[in-house]
Amino acid sequence: MRTIAIIGAGPAGIEAASVLAAMEETEVLLFEKSATTLDNLRDKAFLFPDFSSAADLVEIMEAKLDRDNIKLHLSTAITSVVSTSSATEAGGIMAWELQDASGVRYQADAVLVTTGYKVFDAHRKEELGYGIYPGVITSIDLEKKLKEGKILNAVGDTPKKIVFLQCVGSRDEKSGNHYCSKVCCVTAVKQAIEVRKMLPEVEAYVFYMDLRMWGGGFEEMYREAQEKYGVRFVRGRISEAASTFDGKIQIKSEDTLVGLPLKMSADLLVLMVGMEPSEGTKTLTHQCNCADAYGFATTVNPHLRDNETAQPGLYVAGSCKRPMSINDSLTDARSAALRIAEYLK
Amino acid sequence: MSETPKRFWNEYQKEIADDHYFYERSQTFFPGSEAAFLKIMREELGKDIKDEANQHTCTGIGYHSDVVPIETTMTVVARLFSLMTEDGYENYVPSCVTSFGVFTEMVEMWKHDPALLEQARKYLKVATGREFELPKNIAHPSDIIFKFRNDLKPKMKYQLVNRFTGKPLRAVEHVGCHYAKIFPEKGVGKSEFPHVLSGMIEAWGGEVIDYPERRHCCGFGFRQYLVQENRGYSVANSKKKFESMEPYEPDFILTNCPGCGMFLDKWQYTISELEHKTYDKDGYGIPVLTYEELTGLLLGYDPWTLGLQLHQVQCETLMDKIGIAYNPDEKYKGVSGKVLAMPDKPTVLKV
Repeated sequence: MRTIAIIGAGPAGIEAASVLAAMEETEVLLFEKSATTLDNLRDKAFLFPDFSSAADLVEIMEAKLDRDNIKLHLSTAITSVVSTSSATEAGGIMAWELQDASGVRYQADAVLVTTGYKVFDAHRKEELGYGIYPGVITSIDLEKKLKEGKILNAVGDTPKKIVFLQCVGSRDEKSGNHYCSKVCCVTAVKQAIEVRKMLPEVEAYVFYMDLRMWGGGFEEMYREAQEKYGVRFVRGRISEAASTFDGKIQIKSEDTLVGLPLKMSADLLVLMVGMEPSEGTKTLTHQCNCADAYGFATTVNPHLRDNETAQPGLYVAGSCKRPMSINDSLTDARSAALRIAEYLK
Repeated sequence: MSETPKRFWNEYQKEIADDHYFYERSQTFFPGSEAAFLKIMREELGKDIKDEANQHTCTGIGYHSDVVPIETTMTVVARLFSLMTEDGYENYVPSCVTSFGVFTEMVEMWKHDPALLEQARKYLKVATGREFELPKNIAHPSDIIFKFRNDLKPKMKYQLVNRFTGKPLRAVEHVGCHYAKIFPEKGVGKSEFPHVLSGMIEAWGGEVIDYPERRHCCGFGFRQYLVQENRGYSVANSKKKFESMEPYEPDFILTNCPGCGMFLDKWQYTISELEHKTYDKDGYGIPVLTYEELTGLLLGYDPWTLGLQLHQVQCETLMDKIGIAYNPDEKYKGVSGKVLAMPDKPTVLKV
């Protein structure tokens, strides 16, 4: 019997658990610090690029846990991961010991870290007014409103104009995050379409540096957003947001395609917040000496061994490595599971 | 009072020395302000502050307008530091916000490029024979008043409360650009919502107005007003701010930069003459105070000693709301007790 510990029960952790649990003589210990699995996914309404229901995916992922050899430990934060033997002592397999916040220890033959990301705290970009003006919300807040099927402005009326701002906390010197969060561009396109579907009278603007439509179907969505849904895209950053006397949000920007400053008022300003390594990711990557400059996990080789760390038996998958979409996280998790299976063979 | 929204950087505090300051004066346009600051420091707070007789300009406006080369600015800054060193002080307190920006910038630049520091030492030595040490702390005087705002409060005779309504007076604060926009970490509350003036207003009973053009230029942009033909831009900037703050009906404007205060004050007169427009309901304009004047007024200092009669928008409406006692007959008298001169009345702006 081989025991594999997986830390983090998001899409990557559950997917890897289900693949590994299908192997013979295998037990999976799946740890989740929260009281529920799939927390980030549960916040979402619809998924790009096919507008499929996030709730349906949650249901499918939860069903994958319905196996006797997957032991799910909810509300269990793993605070320590250490190898307790050398590879030679155990026939080429390292022994690992994990400890949770209450001091309980767990033994495993391999460890997969899938501790994921946290959303950038938009309060840090104070010039954009999040937490100061009720009309400034994040893409996560809007996703919850989309899920509820109700979008109202700060004074409880149906909004007439909604502005989306890309790259909040990503590709940003001031917040210290130089990397691209990868999913925000297409999320804004998706959300703008959803808003226009729900409120056909609303004007939707997306302010961007450049739009990175890297995935299958993304470029088509972007085109459809313009042609079918009338979403307006403005190439420019928003320098500041302020509340107007009538409770709207005044924004200042520059339309860099026409080279002119721009000022407009909107009912809602939606900040497309990027990804940062979760606290669990930062703790474990630093503890295991595999943290990059931001605290994301680094791997042995980005091309051929992108789930392996320098320590045999310690693997990483999903958005604890870098910002990643859900479908990429799932693919990455299956890849990690195969690597672990090969290692334990 | 409406609930103040939680701001992320509000609690951010910079290091501000406790005592033993070397004060560098500015070309202040409100001449009572610096004297009031020295009096507050010495008599109210019991602090040691040096007012050096041999001081001079920091070159700030010339530096930022590209008419003074950086080597000259470095050497001038070095000379001022040499005065501080010779007087035995380590905490530098430049009165002007632009001076604060210039000194902070030079020290940061020298930190990152020690060769430039050596160059400044050499230039100063060759030109004057002087030497200098870098200050341990650079703080703007508004930082110091902010730091001791709660110590000053019990000494104050007045609070920022409208005595007719019992409600907090509503203030617009305008923090000078070079206070925190160049180096956000050098400003209390950082750069987007600096807390240095709003902290004083709130501590002393007032309410701070947030309005859409709060961060817009006051009209003191150097390139806008230095060239006379460009001054329309300066007025336009101030006008944009006045129009934006007007619906909120502010009782006064508070500034920590001499230039901001001057332009927000004087351009109200200009706009009233040009367009017959004032930005308060009664036609008197919105009084503009420096933080030294405000502190002095609340401490009970004589408004005419503070120099309020030299403002374009007269401050009596504000003093009446606070309940400050003043003698109108003393307004234009000099130290000899004789009336110096009576100013002409504006066409539109009431006085």
